[in-house]
Amino acid sequence: MPAFSDINPIVLFFASILTSNILLSNFLGTCSFIAISKEWKSSFGLGLAVTLVIGICCAICWTVLQYLVIPLGIEYLSFIIFIIVIAAVVQMLEMVIDRYSPSLYLSLGIFLPLITVNCAVLGAVLFMQIRNYGFLQAVAFGFGAGAGWWLAIMLLAAIRKRIENNPVPAGLKGTGITLIVIGFMAMAFIGFSGMIAVQ
Amino acid sequence: MHPILVGPLATAGFSAFLALVISLLDGKLNDYGTVNVTINGGKKKLPVRGGSPLLGTLAGEEIFLPSACGGRGSCGACKCVVTSDVGPYLPTETPYISAEEVSRKIRLACQIKVKKDIEIEIPESLFSIKRFEASVGRVRDLTYDIKEVRFDLRNPSSIDFMPGQYVQLAVPKYGDITESVQRAYSMSSVPGDPGNVELLVRLVPGGIATTWVHKFMKTGDVVQLIGPFGDFQVHDTPSTMVCVAGGSGMAPFKSMFNDMRARDSFPGKEIWFFFGARSTRDMFYLDELRKLEKEWPRFHFVPALSEPKPEEGWNGEIGLITNVLDSHLSAKISAGKPREGYLCGSPGMIDACIKVMTKNGIDPRDIFYDKFA
Repeated sequence: MPAFSDINPIVLFFASILTSNILLSNFLGTCSFIAISKEWKSSFGLGLAVTLVIGICCAICWTVLQYLVIPLGIEYLSFIIFIIVIAAVVQMLEMVIDRYSPSLYLSLGIFLPLITVNCAVLGAVLFMQIRNYGFLQAVAFGFGAGAGWWLAIMLLAAIRKRIENNPVPAGLKGTGITLIVIGFMAMAFIGFSGMIAVQ
Repeated sequence: MHPILVGPLATAGFSAFLALVISLLDGKLNDYGTVNVTINGGKKKLPVRGGSPLLGTLAGEEIFLPSACGGRGSCGACKCVVTSDVGPYLPTETPYISAEEVSRKIRLACQIKVKKDIEIEIPESLFSIKRFEASVGRVRDLTYDIKEVRFDLRNPSSIDFMPGQYVQLAVPKYGDITESVQRAYSMSSVPGDPGNVELLVRLVPGGIATTWVHKFMKTGDVVQLIGPFGDFQVHDTPSTMVCVAGGSGMAPFKSMFNDMRARDSFPGKEIWFFFGARSTRDMFYLDELRKLEKEWPRFHFVPALSEPKPEEGWNGEIGLITNVLDSHLSAKISAGKPREGYLCGSPGMIDACIKVMTKNGIDPRDIFYDKFA
């Protein structure tokens, strides 16, 4: 089984979408996943925003890690530094989108403040750190993890749309049945494991 | 340098660097230069600095759209017609805009940003809305939680309004409150006394403006009043006025009745005034209104307490104001004559009264109200 640090970035990209989906195998970013998946359109916007933010944050955090944190020997502060980077990136992204693409801002921009506190972003960045990825791998992993999250929320939104009219027991309506559905989805995604050996 | 300092210093330096980048980016991206706001098809053309919400931009040009929440998107009062394209409706607007309003291109002025030339339509009457500098004059406790406050207008020194209209009180910063906020209050003074504005302010626990009025405001303090706003006023018809108020909802009615009495206006109108409170400690202006009822034949005053205590010796109506209103409408206030409803108070009270009134045959289109948002 190859070590994390020498997987082909393209393989890594698809692996982080399917076999080690950050949501369904690591259960990160679940709160906004459950809250927003009620609506298909919002899920699309949020998924796109998460993908962009995780991808960009992985690239920037990798650079900061290699050229600031490791040379100064302050790995013990990487947690805080990553959080600051994520917050700043989200803020800047929001400003740029607001300025240059009002329509994109409308579908995606309003979710950006939500993402600052999305644990999937910090989780992905920390995975990138402990697995010693190179730059291309970090970027591939970042966008892959985001795309995996995006795929998962779109699937869940579609499923929730279908169960809307089904007779769910009263006590399970809303979040209850959603959590059970997420469990089934996670089990289904286990079927992908072994296709690409990353673990 | 001591190794333990490296980490905190590097983190702080890095954060400062990011903050700098963000503020530079903000200065660059949020600069839209000078844009033109065209009002009512060219009647007014204002060159303004772009990048801010329309509501604030207009206020900077001394044009005041009504706004009870001060631009936080929580009252939906600052509606105006925007004829040029400013992009699709925002999720923060949709809760306040009906499909019919969408077809008339009505937007929430506090939510849309002025980024390029924009054309809007606003009622002509808004041009007469002014910002008044006023000082706090006489303050009187009406009940344990309602104060009657008089403001002496200084600049401009007089106000022209219709009884029933309201002003926005801009409360200065105080204590932990670091921003000036605006709240809407109906005027209880009369147009015949244009140098003063009187408001009735009930203390709302945790309310920023009401807490200031009740706990911090002193005689002589200078505040800003913006107005007059609103279309809650006496309609010129022969119908009987059926008025219902609770708490500080008394304010617009005090203004209406005093003005009608002083000028003997709308001479054909009979007036019924229902005022509901919980117990005598919530009741005020009782003697004044009973005196007015004796002296003014077409005015009828019905105060009601929902929970009077036996030792209070209450001799008026007892029960919820809706029940008292119901029994009067069905028995005492002739259905043979057309009737109009005027309501001012909490949303719950107003909705309940509208039900009672329509049940008793008053056309919903003849029910006018001023809800505390």
